[in-house]
Amino acid sequence: MPAGLNRALLTVAGAVIAIVLAIAISSVAIIAAGASPLDAFAAFFDFGESARAQSNGVAAFINRAVPLFIAGLAVAVGFRMNLFNIGVEGQYRLAAIVAAYVGSTFTAPAPIQIAVIIVVAALTGGLYALIPAVMKVTRGVNEVIATIMLNYIAISLTSYLVRGPFAGQRAAGQLTTTTPELPESAMFPNLNVVFDWFGALPPTRGGGLQGFLLVAIVLGVVVWIVLERTRFGFDIKASGLNGPAALASGVNPKKMVIAAMVMSGGIAGLIGLPEILGDKGAFNSNFTAGLGFLGIAVALLGRNKPVGIAIAALLFAFLDRAQGSLQFAGVPSSVVTIIQAVIVLLVVVANEVTNRLALRLEERRAAQQLGRDNPVEVTA
Amino acid sequence: MTRVRKYHLTLIGVAALLLVMSLVRIITGENDITSSGTFNAALLLAVPIGLAGLGGLWAERAGVVNIGLEGMMVLGTWFAGWAGYQWGPVAALVAGLLGGAIGGLIHAVATVTFGVDHIISGVAINLLGPGVTRFLSEVLFKEGTRASAAGAGITTSPPISGSAWTPSLPVLSDGPDLLGKLESTHWFLLSDLAGILRGLTHDVNILVVLAVLLLPLTYFVLWHTAFGLRLRSAGENPWAAESLGVNVYLTKYVAVVISGAFAGLGGVFLVFVSNKYVEGQTQGRGFIGLATMIFGNWRPGGLAAGASLFGYASGLQLRSSGAVTTFFLFGAVLLLAYLVIQVRRLLAADRPAELAAGPARQYTLMAFAALGMVVLFWLWLTVEQLPNEFVFITPHVLTLLVLLVASQRLRPPKADGVRYRRGEQH
Repeated sequence: MPAGLNRALLTVAGAVIAIVLAIAISSVAIIAAGASPLDAFAAFFDFGESARAQSNGVAAFINRAVPLFIAGLAVAVGFRMNLFNIGVEGQYRLAAIVAAYVGSTFTAPAPIQIAVIIVVAALTGGLYALIPAVMKVTRGVNEVIATIMLNYIAISLTSYLVRGPFAGQRAAGQLTTTTPELPESAMFPNLNVVFDWFGALPPTRGGGLQGFLLVAIVLGVVVWIVLERTRFGFDIKASGLNGPAALASGVNPKKMVIAAMVMSGGIAGLIGLPEILGDKGAFNSNFTAGLGFLGIAVALLGRNKPVGIAIAALLFAFLDRAQGSLQFAGVPSSVVTIIQAVIVLLVVVANEVTNRLALRLEERRAAQQLGRDNPVEVTA
Repeated sequence: MTRVRKYHLTLIGVAALLLVMSLVRIITGENDITSSGTFNAALLLAVPIGLAGLGGLWAERAGVVNIGLEGMMVLGTWFAGWAGYQWGPVAALVAGLLGGAIGGLIHAVATVTFGVDHIISGVAINLLGPGVTRFLSEVLFKEGTRASAAGAGITTSPPISGSAWTPSLPVLSDGPDLLGKLESTHWFLLSDLAGILRGLTHDVNILVVLAVLLLPLTYFVLWHTAFGLRLRSAGENPWAAESLGVNVYLTKYVAVVISGAFAGLGGVFLVFVSNKYVEGQTQGRGFIGLATMIFGNWRPGGLAAGASLFGYASGLQLRSSGAVTTFFLFGAVLLLAYLVIQVRRLLAADRPAELAAGPARQYTLMAFAALGMVVLFWLWLTVEQLPNEFVFITPHVLTLLVLLVASQRLRPPKADGVRYRRGEQH
């Protein structure tokens, strides 16, 4: 059997074993909680009774996966060169509010309006990520600590901005503060058409199937090309795998840190846009939080590759969507978080174990072949 | 002549700091800058951060990066709340320690036995901690359970039965309360000193005393025992340690489990302060503890300084949101001192030629310092009150600034975060 296939098979086997183990562990937890694991797993696939509810469930699933995918991409760009951008959380929240505010200050034809908002979001995220990058390059500040601190600063800053300078008109009887409403031309058209192709009813909740999905797919392809098919991507990978060797071959490590961090922050800036452009039409104090931290888990699960990240994002979104149906089935919905954490932990453990196994098998195979094909003649 | 040691420098630094604080208080009239109330609050706020930082110190000195402190702390809070309402404070303490230690054990299994990247495992534990505690709350604190009858909700435990002992220093801070009287006179320097001392000795929770004692204890164990030497050698060069017969795996396991227990203890402390478990109680203190450890250059003394800075900034913000603007004046005074020193050095020296090459850079630095001083002073004059959100981030901004100034002198353990496999010296 060729070595590559051997290794791929081992990897897949590892992932399957990890997921089976995760299911087993969460089953134990569910049984301990006095519920039936079978009911729980039925709830994961229960998208609702009526056709409309099913469409809504599918749309909610995809809509959740899109920001997770973008967050995973943002984190992965940094991880590729061993640069831990823990600051995605702060970057995307700050970018979202700035983009929502800037977008509400003018009206232009839809393509221009949306393009400007996307660019503003990416710029804000990128500039905010530039701070830790510059601190690392000029003063040697550890990026993990800098980004953690900047997260708190960004979160406080957004809650100040939404309450103060960027606050818009609050509707009577509303408790949430919000930025001014975006004009109609800023709203990204939805993809409910897809449901018609399959003869299903279009979803109604959460703005339908959000069109930002297309942007995310394009972004994934672009990131894949940049990371795998350009000199820049190669330099990033080289710096991550072996810094001194990359330096010796002419890669400027400082430039790479800044470029990777800004790219990561720029992508992070887009995380909040599906929600704003596809559904809410403004940044309000109920804006979805925590996507940056989940993005770290998604990137790790996807092994920092766009396709892997897409699969991981879909898995996480699939689990998240079931929270409502789980509650309905009498299972504590927080079991979802446990499953997610256990899967991340077990998948990385499985990766390690399969790597070691593959290495050992390869060594044995090489030794055997050496012994058979090319026996060493020992002559006295 | 005796040599000027680090110890002397620290004393001089503390004295100078006290003088500046006292000066700023007199100028601004913000008595909360050195009031006993502020320091009492600062102590309460610094302890959980310091405990998390100590947890980080134990793990990283053994070469395991522990970004999962936050998750371990969350486990500590839940178990403390759960045990505390049923069997009292001592049980809360033990349960919280165990809860954190379990988190540490998971981290150790993943990183030491399976060689998983330390950051990855930490992230997973930060996901796992809140998930598990929420799950346990949903099962054990839901409607119709015994805990619910005692006052639990989905996000809170019932209040802890019984309370911890809070002694005060006799005569000085209690009874006649001499320090309190001295403090209320608002004399220059004397009252400041009295306020600080009273804040640190009046109505101190017994757990605070324990926690503060853990600091010298950690220093002693890590730097003055054979076990500590082995532990640090596992963090500096595990292969050399292995060649000398140290069981590196076991050492790392012990260190990471203790690390988790420390984080859990920080959680217990939070539960004691609010008298019950509340979901999200930790508010990222595990991360901040990690920051103070790096800030403190992976040493207990520096860590304590970092935790105190954090505690003080948050305590001051809690006591009086107006007082925080005095940080502007404080910064301006510090920059002024820096400028004076630099100018004196420039004027005093008919310096050798090879040193004269530097000044261009030095002049820009000084220009920036002067500019910063003016801006800070102007801010102090004009800003009446900062929005709450800005006040909240004061400690974070201060940490960033200190890191910017000092981070090039930091030296982490050599093999921190390195994957170690027995017998794989490269």
